[in-house]
Amino acid sequence: MRILTRLSIRLATTVLVLFGVSVLIFLIARIIPGDPARIALGPRASEAQVEQMRRTLHLDEPLFAQYAHFVGDLFRGDLGISLYTNRPVTTDIAQFLPATLELVILAGIMMIAIGLPLGAISARYRGRWADHVIRVLTLMTVSAPSFVWAVVLVLLFSYYTPLFPIAGRIAETITIPPVTGFMLIDTLIAGRWDGFLSALHHVFLPAFALSLSGIGQAARLTRANMIGTYEQPYIEMAQAYGFSERRIAARYAFKPSLIPSLTIIGLDFAALLGNAFLVETIFAWPGLSRYGVGVILQKDLNAIVGTVMIISATFLIANLIVDLLVSVINPRIRYAERSE
Amino acid sequence: MKRTATILLGNPLSVLGLILVGFVVLTALLADFIAPYPDHAGAVVDFVNANKPPSAEYWLGTDVVGRDILSRIFYAYRVSLGLGIVVLSIATPIGVVVGLLAGYIGGWTDYILMRITDVFLSIPPLVLALAIMGLLEPTLLNGMIAVTAMWWPWYARLVYNIARAEKVEGYVLAAEIIGGGRMHVMFREILPNCVPAIVTKMTLDFGFVILIASSLSFLGLGVQAPTPDLGSMVSEGTRYLPDSWWLTVFPGAAILIAVFGFNLIGDVLREVLEPD
Repeated sequence: MRILTRLSIRLATTVLVLFGVSVLIFLIARIIPGDPARIALGPRASEAQVEQMRRTLHLDEPLFAQYAHFVGDLFRGDLGISLYTNRPVTTDIAQFLPATLELVILAGIMMIAIGLPLGAISARYRGRWADHVIRVLTLMTVSAPSFVWAVVLVLLFSYYTPLFPIAGRIAETITIPPVTGFMLIDTLIAGRWDGFLSALHHVFLPAFALSLSGIGQAARLTRANMIGTYEQPYIEMAQAYGFSERRIAARYAFKPSLIPSLTIIGLDFAALLGNAFLVETIFAWPGLSRYGVGVILQKDLNAIVGTVMIISATFLIANLIVDLLVSVINPRIRYAERSE
Repeated sequence: MKRTATILLGNPLSVLGLILVGFVVLTALLADFIAPYPDHAGAVVDFVNANKPPSAEYWLGTDVVGRDILSRIFYAYRVSLGLGIVVLSIATPIGVVVGLLAGYIGGWTDYILMRITDVFLSIPPLVLALAIMGLLEPTLLNGMIAVTAMWWPWYARLVYNIARAEKVEGYVLAAEIIGGGRMHVMFREILPNCVPAIVTKMTLDFGFVILIASSLSFLGLGVQAPTPDLGSMVSEGTRYLPDSWWLTVFPGAAILIAVFGFNLIGDVLREVLEPD
């Protein structure tokens, strides 16, 4: 199948699923007890005001028409006004999302850079002590929520040995004009090398805390896949040729195992996005978490719906990218393209 | 069954897992008898003994209103285990039925059911639970609804994949030829072959339900005070770091012990029951 066809099918499925997400969120938001117009105006508003609000929010129309309005607004990039901050939900999310994404992307990089090699080592020395140590450690990292690891790391490396800052995104003495909202990029745009290092220093510990369970998942998955690959006849053939164990591990066993691992790692991205909520709380990271929990406690309907939609869209796009990467890496798909 | 027991008892990792899970289950069941201060599970206030470090009297220290942390951990285990049982015993049947229908009947049923499953899977789990909790009231019951809603799609996926593979096997064809109805083939022929995978997943998930539930209450959206809960204990304690470290470290370790125990057992089970 041509990559373009493949891409358009994936794109269509993504749009379809995103449509499903919007229906689901819309339904959840409508079945909640209580009148959204009344909630928006507060208990002191008069009946006439509430009636007026119901008309503005299209609540007097049938459910289907309400959904049409909802999707129409969504396409215009209008997620409504947040009752929590009194600003458009899109403005709020644009302000808080970059900090969260910075954390999540860095954690994702750590997850791949540490998790995959750990899994490969574990499979290569299967049944030996290195394998046992890695298996127990990685099982432990997936056995506690990321806020527990955040507490442990902050105690060990910020309080007891002050290697890393306790909170914040950058040293207070440095002010960087926000351009993209990504501190690591903004500091470079401003040409502040010291700012970049400070931002990296600040983001490292929260990102590591966030990545720990992902590292465990990635390592366990890679190990399982690689052990499967090791049982293939061509590995035996490579051994018969007298290739070194290192070469067999790296060239013949690791590479084919990479493909299924990458696909699942795309799914793990969802977990990172959710867990970022937990880690941000401990490190007072100014991301989507405080806003998200705030709007939930305030029953801020527009903001809840908007946040969930944006996070799901981010996740679906990340999965799409992973899928494309996999089809580029996977020779079966790459060569099928050429032979057609 | 007997084979499974032999395997679990023969592997040091699963023995450790059984010990940890046994500890958690026993302390939860016997909390009334073994907790040093059983009344501390409720809204007790003892400011004289507030925020005390671990001592002979209070093994794991006391919280900011003077309640024994060890006792509260035992009672919190009771809440966590109850939650796990309820969530899994609702989510598993839903997922199994959806997976069997989609996998065995195929066609449009397959397409529609699996796209619905995809929708649920494409919202980050914690975010879906948060949204549901946010729109409903943050109570224990709604917490269970939220966690169940995010859990069943994984079982649907699992059973769907097995059902699709099994439906072309000889024994299924034979059952169809001798006139077995759809229900018979799905539930009496295919389902028994899904059981090992389901049991393994449930063992692993028991730990993860505890983990997710503690995450929800950590954010203040799960079990509400004064009911003891590991997540909210950690959350309360973070304000007193680093001096009162016992407020966060011990409840955190309690989560790790429970989830690690279930994962150890599940991991060994998976290796044995699903040799692929």
